[in-house]
Amino acid sequence: MSAKIAIRDLDFYYGANRALKSITLDFPEREVTGLIGPSGCGKSTLLRCLNRMYDLYPGQRATGEVMMDGTNVIGPGVDVDLLRSRVGMVFQKPTPFPMSIRENIAFGVRLHERPSRADMEERVEWSLTRAALWDEVKDRLQTPATGLSGGQQQRLCIARTIAVRPEVILFDEPTSALDPISTLKVEELIDELKRDFTIAMVTHNMQQAARVADQVAFFYLGEMVEVASAATMFTAPREKRTQDYITGRFG
Amino acid sequence: MSDNTQHIVKSYEQELKRLASLIAEMGGMVESEVSLATQAVLESDAELATRVVASDAKVDAMERDIEAFVIRLLALRQPVAGDLRQIVAALKMTGDLERIGDYAANVAKRSKVLGQYTLPFSLAGLGHMSRLVQENLKAIVDAIGEADAEKALRVWRSDEAIDGFYNAIFRELITYMMEDPRNITPCTHLLFIAKNLERIGDHATNIAETVHYAVTGAPIAETRPKADTSPYAVVRPPAGGGE
Repeated sequence: MSAKIAIRDLDFYYGANRALKSITLDFPEREVTGLIGPSGCGKSTLLRCLNRMYDLYPGQRATGEVMMDGTNVIGPGVDVDLLRSRVGMVFQKPTPFPMSIRENIAFGVRLHERPSRADMEERVEWSLTRAALWDEVKDRLQTPATGLSGGQQQRLCIARTIAVRPEVILFDEPTSALDPISTLKVEELIDELKRDFTIAMVTHNMQQAARVADQVAFFYLGEMVEVASAATMFTAPREKRTQDYITGRFG
Repeated sequence: MSDNTQHIVKSYEQELKRLASLIAEMGGMVESEVSLATQAVLESDAELATRVVASDAKVDAMERDIEAFVIRLLALRQPVAGDLRQIVAALKMTGDLERIGDYAANVAKRSKVLGQYTLPFSLAGLGHMSRLVQENLKAIVDAIGEADAEKALRVWRSDEAIDGFYNAIFRELITYMMEDPRNITPCTHLLFIAKNLERIGDHATNIAETVHYAVTGAPIAETRPKADTSPYAVVRPPAGGGE
């Protein structure tokens, strides 16, 4: 499996605070990589490096390499808007725009292209179908997205993300605000999406990492302690720190 | 089995400790069952044999308790990594120990029949074999309690010697049967007794494999020594024998 994203010696600083320490990690193409670790370990920071979300904040900087298809995306001269259309992101809390369901999808698409009305309709249906939401909303596309349930809102956000046809999707604790059944629907969706997209997922739910991820990386205090297949990680991790964390012994 | 660091959830920690102590207790019960069963054979002690057979019911009950406890832990704690390996290992080991208990009870039953015969030969070989089996069983029960993969590996390797004794006893008993048909009944029982002891040794090596995996996360990398050649044994009647 070739690496869609190859991170080499990545360091990240919040001002003087070094939040990531010399990270080297591959994200295999069309696989789910789960990032786990206690709060403040750097896993969300790593996710933010992949689409340069940190650019929005002064005093934050990354050094090293985040190679995607031969380009260092944290290097100079990268078109950040283009990067973010190639690397989509879904957040912890559903963030629907205060507009209709259809407009939530169309809005993002129009930022990057000018499809005809018919093409746009097709794109809306395609992305809602891929996000396993179409059947539930096809008769009320004009209604406000805020009227959807939390689980539906999150799937709408996923539809909005895939509507611009990214190559990589970042999930930052995508189900922590959802009920168990909505959580399973999103997990099933992620499993579907990995046929077409490379996925990175931060989760605090270890069982979720075990269920969804192909490979899992464990972070602690800004270091990547261990990366392994989910099966190895949850049956026989190599490092004691990993073992102590995933079995609930952190002390 | 990450030993030194405690679980954040104390009740889980206590449950894992309880599981370990249940397995240790069952190991001790089975160890003494095997020891008393072989003693009943070597000393023709029918009363002791009856006690061994009766005690096997307790071992069976223990297995059911441990199984139920393991299923509960799997359902409620969703264990991973070393905890998962320890819990699954307990489930496998309790099965092996229960089987060892059955073999010991069978040895005890046969010792009662054997006691009705005056044997014209010595049981020294069987006595020696049973000592090796008991040593291995004790070592493996200790290895479980101490989570000692090295000790488990030593038990696993030393099963070869037990198989060697079994082959020798097998040939010896066939020879006695050929010499005098009146030996056939006691020797057949002795063959089963030896076979039971050999099987106990095999279950001890199963447990050794389980302990090694539970402790290290990796299976034993070597090829299993297979020294039981009795399936291929051919013993020629001595010249003029059986007259």
